[in-house]
Amino acid sequence: MSGKAKLYYFDGRGKMEPIRWLLAAAGVEFEEEFLETREQYEKLLQGGSLLFQQVPMVEIDGMRMVQTRAILSYIAAKYNLYGKDLKERALIDMYAGGTEDLMGFILMFPFLSAEDKEKQRAFIVQKATSRYFPVYEKVLKDHGQDFLVGNNFSWADVHLLEAILMVEEKKSDVLSGFPQLQAFKARISSIPTIKKFLEPGSQRKPVPDDKYVETVRRVLRMYYDIKAN
Amino acid sequence: MSGKPRLTYLNGRGRMEPIRWLLAAAGVEFEEVYLETKEQYDKLIKDGVLLFQQVPLVEIDGMKMVQTRAILSYIAGKYNLYGKDLKERALIDMYVEGIADLMQMILMFPFSPPDAKEKNLESIKERATNRYFPVFEKVLKQHGQDFLVGNKFSWADVQLMEAILAVEEKVPAVLSGFPQLQVFKTKMSNMPTIKKFLQPGSPRKPPPDAHYVETVLKVFKK
Repeated sequence: MSGKAKLYYFDGRGKMEPIRWLLAAAGVEFEEEFLETREQYEKLLQGGSLLFQQVPMVEIDGMRMVQTRAILSYIAAKYNLYGKDLKERALIDMYAGGTEDLMGFILMFPFLSAEDKEKQRAFIVQKATSRYFPVYEKVLKDHGQDFLVGNNFSWADVHLLEAILMVEEKKSDVLSGFPQLQAFKARISSIPTIKKFLEPGSQRKPVPDDKYVETVRRVLRMYYDIKAN
Repeated sequence: MSGKPRLTYLNGRGRMEPIRWLLAAAGVEFEEVYLETKEQYDKLIKDGVLLFQQVPLVEIDGMKMVQTRAILSYIAGKYNLYGKDLKERALIDMYVEGIADLMQMILMFPFSPPDAKEKNLESIKERATNRYFPVFEKVLKQHGQDFLVGNKFSWADVQLMEAILAVEEKVPAVLSGFPQLQVFKTKMSNMPTIKKFLQPGSPRKPPPDAHYVETVLKVFKK
């Protein structure tokens, strides 16, 4: 295993994208192996490197880590993006839990029928503007600091920026009622590592398209219908 | 707020049960508030007590915590059930997340339509037997220790114990191919705090029944 972290996933966002964001935010270079065929996936399975037979899988520090949350927690802690004590970690975990739920609604989006996509788009926007964004807007307003937790850049900030951008892709003016979040978005986007990640040519993946959906279905033999929320 | 953590949820397992298990395993006494009506739930939301308008809610150490995983991680960290370093924590996190995926299938089961129940039960059995239990069987066999991680009792052991019992309720002979897990189950059952939690009269909740499903649908009706 080389020094760098190595990511095993499809060539697309999915469950791996928050991990790419966090590594990039931490200024950590990583390699990627993209699953394109069923054979590649079966080879990984047979090789025993997927603990629960699933991706994402990240080779890091001599471990073959699976489970997105476990991977994110490890990276956050290793690179000091997890607060200074248990209570700050609790806040970060709560906030990241919220943004994870919100991004979960978007994760399934490309796999929906055209009709369900419209319904889901409305659902995503409704949840973002009535349940999630108001929470972070208030947190930032109440303490007046630049970052969500402990006046220090953390995983929670990276995760929230990722969620904001993803919802904006579904409705471009979704931040119009959230001045704190607008300022937050500008601030966090200008952090050097994040700025770099947002530039063309970075390892950030584009909005998933039909080709991505086809690849996932083919590799995982996941041909059942996915329903909207 | 009294000294004890206070749990707000329905009077049933759901997403709160792993939290009850972990607190009990850590020997921590707690209080519970049960949601029985939609009005109670709407009031909690109106009072601004639920960060994302959802339960579980655990009031602990001056915080109003939501998000099951956040709560479990905090309890594990506070009561030294999270390993001794980052790498042990990574292992524990991987194991509990895998088990949570299995438990999610069991969580949703009572809410599946009658014509899907048999298929879903078959899926639970298949996943437990082919994907999850073999992993932990192998981990225990390879290091030969009593506990999953670092030769020390941790959150991962509690979570696995809960999952074994939950699957056994649905698939009674599920451990028949897993001798290590059978031994593990016996050992965990004999740990004083867990033994106490498994006795009648403990805060452990029974398997969900029709009344529980009805209450969930009523309280969370839109």
